[in-house]
Amino acid sequence: MTATPVTTTPPLTPKKETAAGIAKRKLSSPWASIAAIVLAVLWTIPTFGLLVSSFRPERAIKTTGWWTFFSDPTVTMENYKAVFGEEGGVNLAAYFVNSLMICIPAVLIPMALATLAAYAFTWIHFPGRNFLFIVVFALQIVPLQVTLIPLLEIFVKIDLTGTFWTLWISHSAFALPLAIYLLSNFMREIPSGLIEAARIDGAGHVSIFFKVMLPLLTPALAAFGIFQFLWVWNDLLVALVFAGGGDEVAPITLQLANLSGTRGTAWQLLSAGAFVSIIVPVVVFLLLQRYFVRGLLAGSVKG
Amino acid sequence: MFNTASTTPEKILQMLAALLLFAAILGVILFIAAKFGGRRGDKVVAWLYLLPTVFLLAFGLVYPGLRTIYQSFFDAAGKTFIGLDNYTTIFSDNDQLTVLRNTVIWVVVVPFLATAIGLVYAILVDRSRFESFAKALIFLPMSISFVAASVIWKFMYEYRPDQGNVKQIGLINQIIVWLGGKPVQLLIESPLNTFLLIVVMIWIQAGFAMTILSAAIKAIPDDIIEAARLDGVNAWTMFRNITLPSVQPTVVVVLTTIGIATLKVFDIVRTMTGGQFKTSVVANEFYSQTFRADNQGLGAALAVLLFILVIPIVAYNIRTLRRSEAS
Repeated sequence: MTATPVTTTPPLTPKKETAAGIAKRKLSSPWASIAAIVLAVLWTIPTFGLLVSSFRPERAIKTTGWWTFFSDPTVTMENYKAVFGEEGGVNLAAYFVNSLMICIPAVLIPMALATLAAYAFTWIHFPGRNFLFIVVFALQIVPLQVTLIPLLEIFVKIDLTGTFWTLWISHSAFALPLAIYLLSNFMREIPSGLIEAARIDGAGHVSIFFKVMLPLLTPALAAFGIFQFLWVWNDLLVALVFAGGGDEVAPITLQLANLSGTRGTAWQLLSAGAFVSIIVPVVVFLLLQRYFVRGLLAGSVKG
Repeated sequence: MFNTASTTPEKILQMLAALLLFAAILGVILFIAAKFGGRRGDKVVAWLYLLPTVFLLAFGLVYPGLRTIYQSFFDAAGKTFIGLDNYTTIFSDNDQLTVLRNTVIWVVVVPFLATAIGLVYAILVDRSRFESFAKALIFLPMSISFVAASVIWKFMYEYRPDQGNVKQIGLINQIIVWLGGKPVQLLIESPLNTFLLIVVMIWIQAGFAMTILSAAIKAIPDDIIEAARLDGVNAWTMFRNITLPSVQPTVVVVLTTIGIATLKVFDIVRTMTGGQFKTSVVANEFYSQTFRADNQGLGAALAVLLFILVIPIVAYNIRTLRRSEAS
């Protein structure tokens, strides 16, 4: 709007404007643009400062501000080499692998289980259906903190501590209420005639599930999958309780948090480390923004 | 297969084994379900489909939740029943009162500021040429982890002592110096530090508020706007009488949603100060009490408190959603 040149003759088909658009246009456009730019810059500077720092030599980071980079640009990849290397005990590569190992099953398992459960809730009549659905729905709000210690005790008892299993199982359980809610909302939109027709043709629940449901569900599955992937990738609390500190199981967020705690002034490692951990969610976000927002909307009460 | 895998190939093998095992379980369930055709088999199929879910939820959420509530009535070692003593401690002990005070500050400040900034920004960039790019900039912090966000901001707040030729490397302190002030130990000064941690959460959540409010703004019917425009209303009246009432239900949902997220904030406090210097909040105190102070009972009580605090916000949120769907 702001850059639209003023014309003397009104256009034949007036462009539709939103209330916000008018509010903004009347707010004497240049000020609105300036305000937007100021906010955008404020929001970007912190990340930008650390990003610039991650490419500066250690001495430079520790003795001068990152803004001096523009008067004295020296670029190095040493920091990134250092966080991936075994020396210095950072070894982010191993933690990066762990994060992937944790995420893949922790996304696929609840996705598959929730699809089955949502199908049963939406398309099969059975006694106790509404009650059970409300219970599952209500479980969405249980804060993780409430569940961690008893779960840890069980994992100790069955000797699973220090393995990926603890994270796979707990993340799957925590994700189910949201996944079921999201998928059954979506399934309800599918016309029941479609299912009825398939049943009249003699199809059972299993073949309806695979042939009719699954292809229609792709957008909902994508929304949930991306949400859950980012949730697990970015998680700290669950990993902290179950994974231990070693490089066998702990994800990248945990190592970054530990690094920040024990070597809080090692900014050459922290800056590069932060960006290694950020790169995956940012790529996922940029490529799949649309689904991400949808999943976020639905998953806003989780956790 | 259930041991700790230490090399990368071992890890990948274990993951594949786990996925295969899971697929096999699903296969068995589907195989049995396929044997029950017709309407009479429906009940069996439903329960088969729900079986793994019910088991996982009972094991992972219901039992642990009840167990924690039970534990919150026991002492530090979890052995002796002490009634409501843990809860009394939360509401009388000095340190715990600081925790509660901080939690209240977080829950009041974060939702309102994040939502206000998100709303203003959504209006400012609405239908501008760079709308999607401008939104992505604000939204990006939402996709990264709280830990990474904390590291980013810790660097902003970094402090170097005020001596001869020592230069500030944190931007905030540098700005203070440029303006003629003395550098401040930003994360140590209380209560300033709590507000500085809150800034991080606002930085993350504003993008969420903006995205959702932007969608609501775009959904305002064109004829209402057109009518107001013909009446020649000014920008403020337009905002006050049309934009705001139209997006009000959404604003409530955004406020409460951010409120819930804020209540559970743990990563930021732990990564930036570890809850020291009077910055702890309930979610962080739960962790500190349970794992650092070895006080299981108090930890459990704090977790339960968190649960209790979430319930009214969620209930209100759901009611608002219902009402806006109905109308």
